[in-house]
Amino acid sequence: MSLKENSVQPDASRWGLVRRGISSGGGSRLLWTVVALLVILLVNRAISPTFFDLRLVNDRLIGSTINILDNAAPFVLLAIGMTLVIATKGIDLSVGAVMAISAATAVMLIRNYEAGATEFYYQPGFVMLIALAVGAICGLWNGLLVAFFNLQPIIATLILMVAGRGVAQLITNGQSPTFTDETLAFIGRGVVFGVPFPVFLAIGVLIVVTLLVRRTALGLFIEAVGVNDRASYYTGLQASLIKLSVYMLSGVLAALAGLIVAGEVKSADPHTAGLYSELDAILAVVIGGTSLLGGRFYLAQSALGVLIIQALLVGLYVSSLHPTTNLVVKAIVVLAVLLLQSPEFRQFATQPFRRTT
Amino acid sequence: MVMQGQDKTPLLEVRGLTKTFPSTVALAGVDFTLHRGDVHVLVGENGAGKSTLIKVITGVYQKDAGSIVLDGKSINPQSPKHAQDLGISTVYQEVNLIPTLSVAENIFLGRQPMRFGMIDMKTANRRAKQLLLDFGVDIDVTRNLSAYSVAIQQIVAVVRGVDLSAKVLILDEPTSSLDRPEVEMLFSVIQSLKQRGIGIILITHFLDQVYEIGDRITVLRNGHKVGEHQLSELSRVQLITEMLGKELSHENGVGKAKSNQVFANPFLSVKGFARRGEVEPFNLDIQPGEIVGLAGLLGSGRTEVAHLIFGIEQNDGGDAYVNGQPVKLSSPRKAIQQGFGLCPEDRKVEGIFAELSVRENIILALQAKMGWFNTLSRSKQDALADEMIKALSIATSSADKPIKELSGGNQQKVILARWLISNPDLLILDEPTRGIDVGAHAEIVQIIKKLAQQGKAMLIISSELAEVVDYSDRVVIMRDRKKVGELEGEDINETTIMKAIAAH
Amino acid sequence: MRFAKLALVVSLLLALVVPFATAQGGGEGLTIGFSQIGSESAWRTAFTDAVRAEAEARGINLLFSDAQQSQENQIAAIRAWLAQGDVDAIILAPVIATGWDDVLEEAQDAGVPVVIVDRNVDSDPSLYVTRVSSDFVHEGRLAAAWLVQATSGNCNVVELYGTVGSAAAEDRHAGFAEVLGLFSGMEIIRSETGDFVRSNGKQVMESFLSSEDPANICAVFAHNDDMAIGAIEAIKEAGLVPAVDILVVSVDAIPDIFDSMDAGETNATVELSPFMGGPAFDAVVAHLNGEELPKQISVGGGLYTSRAAYDADR
Repeated sequence: MSLKENSVQPDASRWGLVRRGISSGGGSRLLWTVVALLVILLVNRAISPTFFDLRLVNDRLIGSTINILDNAAPFVLLAIGMTLVIATKGIDLSVGAVMAISAATAVMLIRNYEAGATEFYYQPGFVMLIALAVGAICGLWNGLLVAFFNLQPIIATLILMVAGRGVAQLITNGQSPTFTDETLAFIGRGVVFGVPFPVFLAIGVLIVVTLLVRRTALGLFIEAVGVNDRASYYTGLQASLIKLSVYMLSGVLAALAGLIVAGEVKSADPHTAGLYSELDAILAVVIGGTSLLGGRFYLAQSALGVLIIQALLVGLYVSSLHPTTNLVVKAIVVLAVLLLQSPEFRQFATQPFRRTT
Repeated sequence: MVMQGQDKTPLLEVRGLTKTFPSTVALAGVDFTLHRGDVHVLVGENGAGKSTLIKVITGVYQKDAGSIVLDGKSINPQSPKHAQDLGISTVYQEVNLIPTLSVAENIFLGRQPMRFGMIDMKTANRRAKQLLLDFGVDIDVTRNLSAYSVAIQQIVAVVRGVDLSAKVLILDEPTSSLDRPEVEMLFSVIQSLKQRGIGIILITHFLDQVYEIGDRITVLRNGHKVGEHQLSELSRVQLITEMLGKELSHENGVGKAKSNQVFANPFLSVKGFARRGEVEPFNLDIQPGEIVGLAGLLGSGRTEVAHLIFGIEQNDGGDAYVNGQPVKLSSPRKAIQQGFGLCPEDRKVEGIFAELSVRENIILALQAKMGWFNTLSRSKQDALADEMIKALSIATSSADKPIKELSGGNQQKVILARWLISNPDLLILDEPTRGIDVGAHAEIVQIIKKLAQQGKAMLIISSELAEVVDYSDRVVIMRDRKKVGELEGEDINETTIMKAIAAH
Repeated sequence: MRFAKLALVVSLLLALVVPFATAQGGGEGLTIGFSQIGSESAWRTAFTDAVRAEAEARGINLLFSDAQQSQENQIAAIRAWLAQGDVDAIILAPVIATGWDDVLEEAQDAGVPVVIVDRNVDSDPSLYVTRVSSDFVHEGRLAAAWLVQATSGNCNVVELYGTVGSAAAEDRHAGFAEVLGLFSGMEIIRSETGDFVRSNGKQVMESFLSSEDPANICAVFAHNDDMAIGAIEAIKEAGLVPAVDILVVSVDAIPDIFDSMDAGETNATVELSPFMGGPAFDAVVAHLNGEELPKQISVGGGLYTSRAAYDADR
């Protein structure tokens, strides 16, 4: 063993921070994710010359870019929870159903308030807390099945994914109830400094969760459990509690996303609220570079993944393509983004050119 | 015992078999001879080449050089199926039959008797029943295989293998999960196979069973054949000497000076500690600053003892005391809270977090002990990692390098460092020097001694006798899942250890 | 000349509007089995409730079976009713169109008449009495006709499509486009799917308003009321006045859309009637009385521009 190798360079660790941000997993991958987003935005601009235009109407910014951010907000919340769950080698298929349950709970409760009920727990603020608590309970259920009864995550969360919509329908009695309370609606449709409130909410949650996992050891614990479950047991980590907590966080964030969607249109539709949104959330996490095999995770990049999907969707809205082509175009673009990020593919694609030079 | 053989032509003859993998020579010119009606036992410690030899014979791997002759004909098995067609069948420890099919269906799977183009289940059932009766096993062959014990399942696998007109039957650790009556049942099946002239290759770790059922034995070590014997002519001590690769010296070798420390109170004391089916009740005291070696052959229960003490498996009998106070060692976390640390045997699966950095691997156990909110600052982490990298001479270009990019010896040092930064009172090291190069080996032995001098209690499992003799103040001997003795001070040398392992 | 063509089409269409099949009553003492698809939407739930209420009002003993989206469950329920021999007739809301021949023949052999409601079956019409349903193409035509009339045949329309591939979305679009095609001044300038979901309707409308000059959008046609209500939110957020700056017409006639009309934010809706129970029971009674019935009875399909008009028709 050479001594030279052992000597620690004084600034190696400082540079390590920077290098890790750029190189590992993120690396060129982060760069290519940003490139993909920019390309999609530029294509949108080519399709619709007014794409980047913003105008102020009644103190509210109107424009496609704002629409992308607004539409992305609930998915960013789902993707944050999903990223942490996936980092522990899990998956949460139930987030869409939890959105429906949370929205249904909040709307049914607030209707009592609107009907004149004065009990404190019908106050809008409390209603929101109750909806979030319901999300936490859903997450607790998933977490117990995964962490303590050792069910496969995909099966454990599938149970709530299927049954959850039934629960939401029971809560609303099969109807799609509406409400008028502006406090509750603010979560989904409020405007602050001209920008929709959900955008601030999503950015705020992203920052808080990032600090929570990166400024404490929680993030490291989550990665350790995802990388090697057995070794983390041997190391004294409480893998079960860690898993339980990420599923609970995922449940709470799904409930918050449910409140946004309910607030946006002042109603809760138990049949369609959050339908298939778990799949878009998983897709965003994958585009962001977190491996479905668990381990290293990248919260901000998952949010970028959401923006890519929403930019694509808004691009389809402003295009004149017939709606029947939407899914095919989406599939092709997502495939292109994933290939663009793959070093193997980039090498494969550029090989013919390299050989000639 | 039927001693057919020596003068007749061998059933299976392997000459000069060589198999190399990118980093290691797994078999170096090994010879192996199996006669009809013989049970030929194959022994050796981990990495000796047993499983490579079997895999080449059964076509899982292709040989690099050498010859395999079966029944006078040179063969070159290309796949397990090919080997089976040639007459070589294998029964693994984990039975690879289909639990949801009936016993008869399992025996005839893929070659069911046909009648008018239909599977003739009646004939199949009758024949399966008869086949099993031939071996003295009378069971309902129409029930699902999963309804029966592992022993019966193994016998079904044997019967299936033999009925595939096997000439050679390989049994890979068939008894490791069986209790005594089941072992006897399996052995009676083996006896009747011998009488039919089938040659049997048996891999087992149980010395008693080697002598009970075996006719001949081949000892492998580091890819070389180190001996082949008629078992009736081989003493246990000779066998163990060969397996561990040590010469028996008649004087007691270099005895150890008795440690001059006075041990008043043991740090850890366990009484009657046991777990059914894994370790029989044992007592063990470890003093601060004392190194206790745990010697025994593979499968003797060494690792199981470590797992019980560290709470990985929970004891179902006995009590544990730390500094005289009773404690429950119900999980690694509980053990860690008592000041224990463990470097596991299987570094890859149980030790390292491959994708995480060296620094993260080092601080994980300490951070886990502190809890997630009481976080080590980044500068503190860097300081701890750098300190350990220096103290243990861990060869890495940066503390932020993923640990998977380090060599085995350096990975082992990282796992040691993981425990050292939390300043444990008891360190359990399971094969700390396995699979690492000579230089790192010596360094780790030095570290072990230094840690004991610092007053840590150490429990060390190793197959390297010289190493055990070198650092141990006391050696606990394990055999067949029992603690069978203890050696202390001047009594510790390779000869006494081997004799203790062999005694019966 | 041009006005003549317009007047012709409009009068022709409005002639079709006359709500058909008003409930006659009768059927007291009958036992009728009703196999419903499930409860996948609020409209479906309203449909079930309406059938139950109608049965109760008429003194019909209704045996209800919720198939939870499974044809097997529907067939099993029908066979159970036939085996018990205690139903006078069966009303079937089929989950899919194919695979009904055997069980319909069994019902015919047992002498139990079957009335199909809502979605269609592809079996031979001789196997059932009649089908009571909405006509989606007609709904689309009607919405278009109203729009042509309201804008004198000059309007750039954005369309909020339902779920791509569903009969309701495809047929409403076809009927709407068919009528618009007759007028050179009428054009669908944007068409995107909102999957019949309120929040998606809002998002798609937001995109239209961002990418088009809002002054260039004269009306929005939504394939259901939920998406229309979402779109109205988007129009208001963009600082425009719904039903004035941008006309709003949709299909379904759910209660929420009438609240919106009361607020002056929606112009018109075409009824997708959940009240299929009455006509279906009438068909059973008529059949048992030996009357010949057409194989298709359309319900609903009225276009309403106010709550009062809707209530007057009930």
